[in-house]
Amino acid sequence: MAINNPISGLNKIFDNRIRLGVMSIVMVNDEISFNDLKSLLEVTDGNLATHLQTLEESGFLKVHKGFIGRKTNTTYSITRAGEKAFKDHLGALEKMINGVK
Amino acid sequence: MSEQNQHLEALQDIRQMMQRSSRFISLSGLSGIAAGFWALVGAYFAYDWIVEYYSNYNRNGVFTGPEFQHLKFNLFLLAAAVLALALVSAFYFTWRRTRQTKTELWNRTSRQLTINTMIPLIAGGIFLLVMLQHNEWRFVVPGSLIFYGLALVNGSKYTLSDIRYLGISEIILGLIATQFIGLGLYFWAIGFGVLHIIYGFIMWWKNERSSSEA
Repeated sequence: MAINNPISGLNKIFDNRIRLGVMSIVMVNDEISFNDLKSLLEVTDGNLATHLQTLEESGFLKVHKGFIGRKTNTTYSITRAGEKAFKDHLGALEKMINGVK
Repeated sequence: MSEQNQHLEALQDIRQMMQRSSRFISLSGLSGIAAGFWALVGAYFAYDWIVEYYSNYNRNGVFTGPEFQHLKFNLFLLAAAVLALALVSAFYFTWRRTRQTKTELWNRTSRQLTINTMIPLIAGGIFLLVMLQHNEWRFVVPGSLIFYGLALVNGSKYTLSDIRYLGISEIILGLIATQFIGLGLYFWAIGFGVLHIIYGFIMWWKNERSSSEA
């Protein structure tokens, strides 16, 4: 897999701060809406949508499209693969920090 | 070295996002102190009125229905006033804290906190009213402490962890109070007054001291 940095084991997809933020949030919340993500990460609609799409395409995010009244309400949750990738990434980060000490 | 810092930063980001998205971190300790203060003021007045009622009763040697109704009504008003003052000042200090931490007062986490606290609280409130309906007043004080404690334990998953220990303390106090029915007012003053002040102070000391000095 090209996405894994062969030296560190860090996941390239999580190099981006916004994507890392999204993953941290969906790790600890059963599901979260687009608007909540937006206000937590302080990003624009378009920017967030692009990163969410990347994560969805990597199979790390599940998307549920729903409605509240007539307004669309899209919520996101983490997949098994996403959880594993994120934990591996955390482990790699930890190793890197300990290793350089 | 700079790479190491970068990784540390990433970890801090992760931690902050996990916390911010799942817990309401802006609950102010000062809210607890203020609520505890009003509870103690209320308990003082209640004590005063009850002593006065009993001294009149002893002097006159008669037990009059209207006077007792009057006392009950006053105590009820007092409880409502204490609750209102406590809520208003608690809201004020927490609102102030949200401005320091740059979070919203009404967001996803505060909503979760409110809903999860309200479930045991409303159930307990209705249960206690039903007990009063059946003239069963003896367990109102222990019951209110226990239900309030359970509500805090339940809500604590969505806010600062100190709230969990406050909740457990209230539950223990409530259970002890079941063995001292006549001393209800003291237990109430300890549970809603003293414990709020102690935990409020601890929370303020741990989380807010430095930012209010700066």
